[in-house]
Amino acid sequence: MKHRENYSLNIKRRELYGLIASIFAFGLAATLPIFNTGYVLSLGVTIVMYTVLSTSWALFSGPTHYISLATAAFFGIGMYIVGGGLEIYSFPILIAIAGCVGAILAALIGLATLRLSGVYFVIFTLGLSELIRQLVTWAQTTMGTSSGLYVLIDVTESQIYWELLTIAAFVFLIGWCINRSKIGFALKIIGNDEKVARHVGINTAAVKIVLFMISGSIASITGAILAPRWTYIEPTIAFSPMLSFLVVIMALIGGAHRLWGPILGVIPFALCWDFITAKFPNQTALMLGLAFLLIVYAIPHGFAGLGEKYWGKFKHWRDFRV
Amino acid sequence: MSNSVALSFQNVTKNFGGLTAVDKVNFDIRDNEVFGLIGPNGSGKTTVLDLVSGLLRLSSGKIISYDKKISGKTSAQIARRGVSRTFQLVRMLPTLNVKENIASGGVFGFRRYRRKELDRKVNYMMSQVGLTGKGMLPITMLTYIDQKRVELARALMSDPKIILLDEWLAGLNPTEMKIGINLISGIRYEGRTVVVVEHHMEAIRSLCDRCIVMNSGQTIAEGKPNEVLNDERVISAYLGVGNA
Ligand SMILES: Nc1ncnc2c1ncn2[C@@H]1O[C@H](COP(=O)(O)OP(=O)(O)O)[C@@H](O)[C@H]1O
Ligand SMILES: [Mg+2]
Repeated sequence: MKHRENYSLNIKRRELYGLIASIFAFGLAATLPIFNTGYVLSLGVTIVMYTVLSTSWALFSGPTHYISLATAAFFGIGMYIVGGGLEIYSFPILIAIAGCVGAILAALIGLATLRLSGVYFVIFTLGLSELIRQLVTWAQTTMGTSSGLYVLIDVTESQIYWELLTIAAFVFLIGWCINRSKIGFALKIIGNDEKVARHVGINTAAVKIVLFMISGSIASITGAILAPRWTYIEPTIAFSPMLSFLVVIMALIGGAHRLWGPILGVIPFALCWDFITAKFPNQTALMLGLAFLLIVYAIPHGFAGLGEKYWGKFKHWRDFRV
Repeated sequence: MSNSVALSFQNVTKNFGGLTAVDKVNFDIRDNEVFGLIGPNGSGKTTVLDLVSGLLRLSSGKIISYDKKISGKTSAQIARRGVSRTFQLVRMLPTLNVKENIASGGVFGFRRYRRKELDRKVNYMMSQVGLTGKGMLPITMLTYIDQKRVELARALMSDPKIILLDEWLAGLNPTEMKIGINLISGIRYEGRTVVVVEHHMEAIRSLCDRCIVMNSGQTIAEGKPNEVLNDERVISAYLGVGNA
């Protein structure tokens, strides 16, 4: 057993292999649009989208154990920023604005919920998302135009895919840096015992808010990038609470305590979800229920936790067999 | 600094609903002394430490440390001013190993270490408290006593000016108790102010310069251990209940 130096800059060999493997995986994934621009690519967009959302969700919720159901709020705001701003600003600028607005909203939510315990945080984030959705709906109908917005911009599915993939790489990079940094160490301590964290001098509120801002900002950017895919956006699409739930479920199935955990949940779940919505469109609620049961009873630490458990057993067997 | 006051309690009061756990308490702890806080169970000792470390907020009154008011500040702010503590029931960080548990005390607090320096300091602290060779163990594999050692090392990592020990010696056998007492006096000789909550009278006698006795949230006696422990009121309120 080697001492894991939480917070130092010398890169360990295992981490280096991980880094090389990740670069290779991203490179490989980037070639997808060359082979297929139809169904497979659109499935690819979905998978990368949920990878970004679940991984960045877990950056905050994994260590803090705060379940956020505000993903849809951030995502929808990102979409609406693009939908509403295209006549004034260019698309890349709008993406940047979306990122900033997401971060600001996250900071406000963080400040408002600092003193709340976990349960209230869940309800608050869900309620807030719904509130924002209602506000947007109300604003659109009173301003009298229509119930939605047109996003008329020439962006191909392949471009969206590559943009999302870039953001995904960025998210993994941020997560990797956080894990090696002082703030990452602070998060581990907070995740273990928040009282101890405060007593060793950690400003736990600030750490949590920073993480929530990162995750909110990324969700807004994702919404902004995906806006052109819909052409016409409505509050029910942009702020769908289903999105928030799916992100949580996928992250937990994969394992929110590891950076690479959520993606292990995203790929199988997105494939199943796609199959079910196509073949048995009325059974989606059933699948959600089954997924919840699976998380609670069978794999509380997700596939990542399951893998680690068996890897540990294997190592034990390998080291102690005669 | 030797004449300055490390902690000054001024009409400190803490209510839990209808219960007054700490009732208008007034006393001073001087710089670099080992100060004992004794009294029967439920008399409010832990609550006093919780008020100092910012875990609980005062209902009224104030706490001053080296001429600066610390009551009203957050635990993190108080820790960064050089106050650290252990808990009556040890609080470990279960997913981290021994080294990481100890290191956690020396990264964000009063004195902050980084990288090599941090590693060196952790190793030094482990040798101080008697954990050499156990750094890589998962914290859950440690005995209760060793976990107490980890907690002491963690509290000392930030080189605090004031350290609060809540029944740190409780549960030690006589041999361990001697080692423990030496360890605590050692902390004092490094120039720190040590506040101990203890039930063990021998430990109080050999460690403390002065102490205070609490009963039902109030202080009933204050002074040198020998004087205080012979005080009539103390004997009836505390020692009489069977703890002597
Ligand atoms: N968080 C709390 N809520 C309500 N009552 C408490 C709380 N903490 C302590 N008390 C009460 O305050 C009194 C003093 O407790 P404490 O300070 O733990 O005593 P001691 O450490 O001297 O044994 C006790 O009556 C205890 O029940
Ligand atoms: Mg106590």
